[in-house]
Amino acid sequence: MARIELANVQKFFGSVQVLKDVNLTIEDGEFVVMLGQSGCGKTTTLRAIAGLETVSSGTITIDGREVQDLKAGDRDIAFVFQSFSLYPHMTVEENIAFPLRAVSSSRAERESEVKEVARFLGIERLLSRRPSALSGGDMQRVAIGRALVRRPKALLMDEPIGALDAKLREQMRAEIKRLHIARNSTSVYVTHDQVEAMSLADRIVVMHNGVLQQVGAPDEVYLHPANLFVAQFVGSPVMNVADVAVEGAGTDALLRIGRAEGFRVPGGAVAHLNGAATKLGIRPEAVLLTREPGQGGIETETTNVEPLGSHDIVDVRIGGETLRARCESGFARGEGEKVWVSLDPERAHFFDAATGQSMRRAG
Amino acid sequence: MAEVKTTREVVMNRAAIAAVFVALIVMLTPIYWIASTAFKPRSLATTVPPTVFFEPTLTPFAKLFVRRSQMREPVDQETYDAAPWWEQLIYDDGESVVRNRRSGEITPSGYWDRYKNSLIVSIISTFLAVSMGTLTAYGFSRFKVKGENDWLFFILSTRMLPPVVVAIPMFLMYRTVGLHDTHLGLIILYTAFNLSFSVWIMKGFIDEIPREYEEAALVDGYTRLQAFWKIVLPEALTGIAATAVFCFIIAWNEYAFALMMTNRNAQTAPPYIPSQVGSGLPDWSVIAAGAFLFLLPVAIFTFLLRNHLLRGMSFGAIRK
Repeated sequence: MARIELANVQKFFGSVQVLKDVNLTIEDGEFVVMLGQSGCGKTTTLRAIAGLETVSSGTITIDGREVQDLKAGDRDIAFVFQSFSLYPHMTVEENIAFPLRAVSSSRAERESEVKEVARFLGIERLLSRRPSALSGGDMQRVAIGRALVRRPKALLMDEPIGALDAKLREQMRAEIKRLHIARNSTSVYVTHDQVEAMSLADRIVVMHNGVLQQVGAPDEVYLHPANLFVAQFVGSPVMNVADVAVEGAGTDALLRIGRAEGFRVPGGAVAHLNGAATKLGIRPEAVLLTREPGQGGIETETTNVEPLGSHDIVDVRIGGETLRARCESGFARGEGEKVWVSLDPERAHFFDAATGQSMRRAG
Repeated sequence: MAEVKTTREVVMNRAAIAAVFVALIVMLTPIYWIASTAFKPRSLATTVPPTVFFEPTLTPFAKLFVRRSQMREPVDQETYDAAPWWEQLIYDDGESVVRNRRSGEITPSGYWDRYKNSLIVSIISTFLAVSMGTLTAYGFSRFKVKGENDWLFFILSTRMLPPVVVAIPMFLMYRTVGLHDTHLGLIILYTAFNLSFSVWIMKGFIDEIPREYEEAALVDGYTRLQAFWKIVLPEALTGIAATAVFCFIIAWNEYAFALMMTNRNAQTAPPYIPSQVGSGLPDWSVIAAGAFLFLLPVAIFTFLLRNHLLRGMSFGAIRK
């Protein structure tokens, strides 16, 4: 297993720059998930590590060896494709053995390696079948088996479960996690699904327009997003973002959205803002709704209710903006109900309106 | 499962079946005509109206392979009894086999040599056209080629001239370089002719094979050539079979170039068979026998590859 290092990696497709100065270190045995929208450069980064894509400049190091000029086959990594890419003209066994045949191992060796991987993944009974006779989940298990059989230095996965249906995805997610824990293989996993990212990753890398936006543990990315893009990309429902005017910075400050009455917050929560143009970001679970007028609550009406079973998402209007709040289920029946809104100042985020960068409190 | 059909659908369905039958009859009649004439005695070959019921005979096939001459008087009984069955058939028709005066060996007709030439030229040129076409198509499909569309159009454009237009310059060139009336000359010609077709068809098939198959192999430590050999070729087999059938049929049936570029040594069957019509009184049943045997290789080749061919025909119609 290995440590992967990307330093100042740039990639151009013609005149379009798809990777802009990517610097990233993936530690030995770490599970890193690259998260971003389609076209953000996450797959290109993965393919560059694999050697399926050349880089325009910069270095890629695997286990201390510079590999950016090596062929894919000489990098000793394995790649799992979204399309599984199992060879239709070979059986499952031949598919899994295929990488071993490249390094000319003996027949007996191959058979025992294939058996071991198949046992590990629980696909022994499928060995004589053809890929076309497999379910989606089994195809993916075989694809992972083919990747693992050679005991590569690192396992790269490009949306490996993106083509499966929701229920199977959940199951495979758990399996991949179990696999990682059992094998402790250095893994890089690309997805656009933030739930996958949160549940699998040791560290998440959020990418946008070819630039790394934030690299951090899942809870760090969720609780302390580095900028507006990360804030709105991670989390469901999306974080509420509104222009906000901050009035007063003493013991009590006022956060005013539009022309609405302001939210009263302790001055310490906003003291670092210095009166710059600011956007307020607040996750739905930090928007607190009550039925009775409480301290600092603003009176308004619900505009929409989405019941989700375990909880409801309730929309309210404040100063021309819609805030979405996460409430216990059954809190509101429909639109037009009178509620009082307050914000949890501890969980409020502030972003520079011009740059989108997070404005954190010092310390 | 029971299907509900309206009267209109039933009528349309029957009409479609009837139309298929009519088309089938129109297309199969000439083949039946040739096949039946090949087994008719000479006297029945050209009767009006045509003879439908007759006792089949192998005489035309016996005559096809040897050079014969008309006999002025019937053969004596002793020679007749000593002759093999096929020579007796020829005697029965009032002809005798031409033999070498010194060695007494039978003089073959030109048919078998021409047939062999057809086989040699068609098989080799098909093999070359399909293998080169597959490699070219792979290159166009997988790599960024500057001016790709222009190249592909250029390749196809070689097919746009009718053979008659290029035949005379080709003839002059071939005569100058000594390729006239050689197997190699015809093979080169047919390969070039079929290559454009083969490149276009194979590009369609290879485009359908996901790149990830090869990428997976590349990551696993195979070279691109190995990946092509172990992954792309087996996956493209259906396309290769379909392309091979078409190339073979085109090369096998080619007439214009073969007529102009060859006369003896490398002549193929298509120009030879009609040339027999002109020599003396045409023996239509012998010509039919020659044409009938000529149909067989294509029929057998197509039959052997029929499964691939069917899949090849419907490729792209169904998403995997």
